[in-house]
Amino acid sequence: MPTRHRALAILALLTGASLGSMLLALAVGSMHIPVGDVFNALFGGEGSLSGDVVAHLRLPRALAGFACGGLLALSGALLQVLLRNPLADPYILGISGGAGVGAILAILLGLGVAGINGASFVGALAAMVVVFGLAHGDGSWTQTRLLLTGVIVAAGCGALVALILSIAPDHKLHGMLFWLMGDLSQATNPKLVLGVLAAVLFVAMPFARELNLLARGPDMAQALGVQVGSLRRGVYIVASLATAVAVTQTGSIGFIGLIVPHLVRLAVGNDQRLLLPASALAGGSLLVVADTLARSLIAPQQLPVGVLTALIGVPVFLFLLARDSRLRR
Amino acid sequence: MTTPPPLLQTRRLAVSIGQRIFCCDLDLSLHAGERLAILGRNGAGKSTLLSVLAGLRAPQHGEVLLKGAGYAELGPRKSALIRGWLPQSRGDAFASTVLETALVGRHPHLDRWGWESAKDAQIVRRALAAVDLAEFEQRDIQTLSGGERQRLAIATLLAQQPELFLLDEPVAYLDLKHQIAMLELFAGAARDCGAAVAMVLHEPALAWRYCDRVLLVHGDGATECGPVREMLTADKLSALYDYPMLALERDGQLCLIPQ
Repeated sequence: MPTRHRALAILALLTGASLGSMLLALAVGSMHIPVGDVFNALFGGEGSLSGDVVAHLRLPRALAGFACGGLLALSGALLQVLLRNPLADPYILGISGGAGVGAILAILLGLGVAGINGASFVGALAAMVVVFGLAHGDGSWTQTRLLLTGVIVAAGCGALVALILSIAPDHKLHGMLFWLMGDLSQATNPKLVLGVLAAVLFVAMPFARELNLLARGPDMAQALGVQVGSLRRGVYIVASLATAVAVTQTGSIGFIGLIVPHLVRLAVGNDQRLLLPASALAGGSLLVVADTLARSLIAPQQLPVGVLTALIGVPVFLFLLARDSRLRR
Repeated sequence: MTTPPPLLQTRRLAVSIGQRIFCCDLDLSLHAGERLAILGRNGAGKSTLLSVLAGLRAPQHGEVLLKGAGYAELGPRKSALIRGWLPQSRGDAFASTVLETALVGRHPHLDRWGWESAKDAQIVRRALAAVDLAEFEQRDIQTLSGGERQRLAIATLLAQQPELFLLDEPVAYLDLKHQIAMLELFAGAARDCGAAVAMVLHEPALAWRYCDRVLLVHGDGATECGPVREMLTADKLSALYDYPMLALERDGQLCLIPQ
């Protein structure tokens, strides 16, 4: 039986975990900073080297990472409901493919960070409009049609990316690959992404119970009083924009959007009123922890964080899946 | 005092998909306490007609009124407080418990930020008990049998507490005992709570026993509607199903034998 009390308790627990992950990200790195100094740096002490590292390098990166992880997980959760498919992720409808083409093209042309971000956002929006337009074509809008259109557009974008990679000069390949695998080192604008994360939650939460119904089938939802058509369009637009913003900031970090909503669902159930905020918190924490590992495991060298999210996510996911099937027997 | 408008009314209703016309100029009204059976061959358009009546699909022409108001006028939530719809097939994409699934029926009764209260849980538990699923509360729906899943869908509909029940093959997947039990439930709702029931059935004997009126859907656009005794005759049913039938009446029950 879902209750508000249980949901708040779980969310409080996850908020604690999120704060813990932030603290870890601020303390750990190529230069270790004790937790006491982290607090000093955050709430007063200016001027020291460790204070500068925490306040100007690690904090913006950790906050941006948290927001992007949250956005990806939230978008994954929304698309899994929209497509009624637990295997859907934020990239399944071609958003990251479009963003990838834009970003790689910008790197090929030698544009700066702002140019790459802008081009990838335009690419993501273009993919979103193409998929929406094609899937919406004759007015009927089945999830199969949407899914197929998205998968095909994603495949087309993948081919374009491969084409550009194969003709790109060698010295640009490293940057392109890092972008494609996901990388937080360019994510320095936490205010924007945190704002978008808050806005997406703010827009989605009033419709959480209606999303529960949508997950059980569009006809069923309509019969129980949901405006299915407008809800579906809204979910598509919000989830796509969330993905586009996250991908623009960090490149296409895999697995967060697929695995986090799935993990949360296995742990706390499929009530979107709890699942959506819990996914945002868990996705944010996971990306912050993965990024901390990515920049400290072989410091001062950095690993692409997308590799780390996959390496953490896959075993956890397989464990929960095995546990779940044992419980059900 | 004027009489209240019928719970369900259609005016010159035409339903079709592509070139296939299922009914045209159908005028139908269903008042509180009335039970209507919809019979016809496979693919004759019974389910399509029912989903038009439920406001899930737009008719070709004509209008469907709930208590005198159209679906567009009422909006989805107010409609859901009046009419409930039992779908023919269900696909469960995600795991969920039996209790959580039946609680979904309470959706139209809750406001936007509302959570299910103890009272809602009580209504749902009563509905689960009524369909013989009281012990199943915590079971995952993906482990239920076809008949149990059908009874859970009926419990969800009962938890919705609509005044008009639109049932698409309510006895599908059910064993004989539960077929009678479920139809008794809806007959009771019509008799005691003033509900109206329209149901698609494949068994004319059950329509005879549990309905007042029958709508025959011939599949070529022709429909006939009338009292059970006039509609469920060997001649009419032989024509409807395109197969010769023999009707026997005994102790007030009807028995139909395919020849």
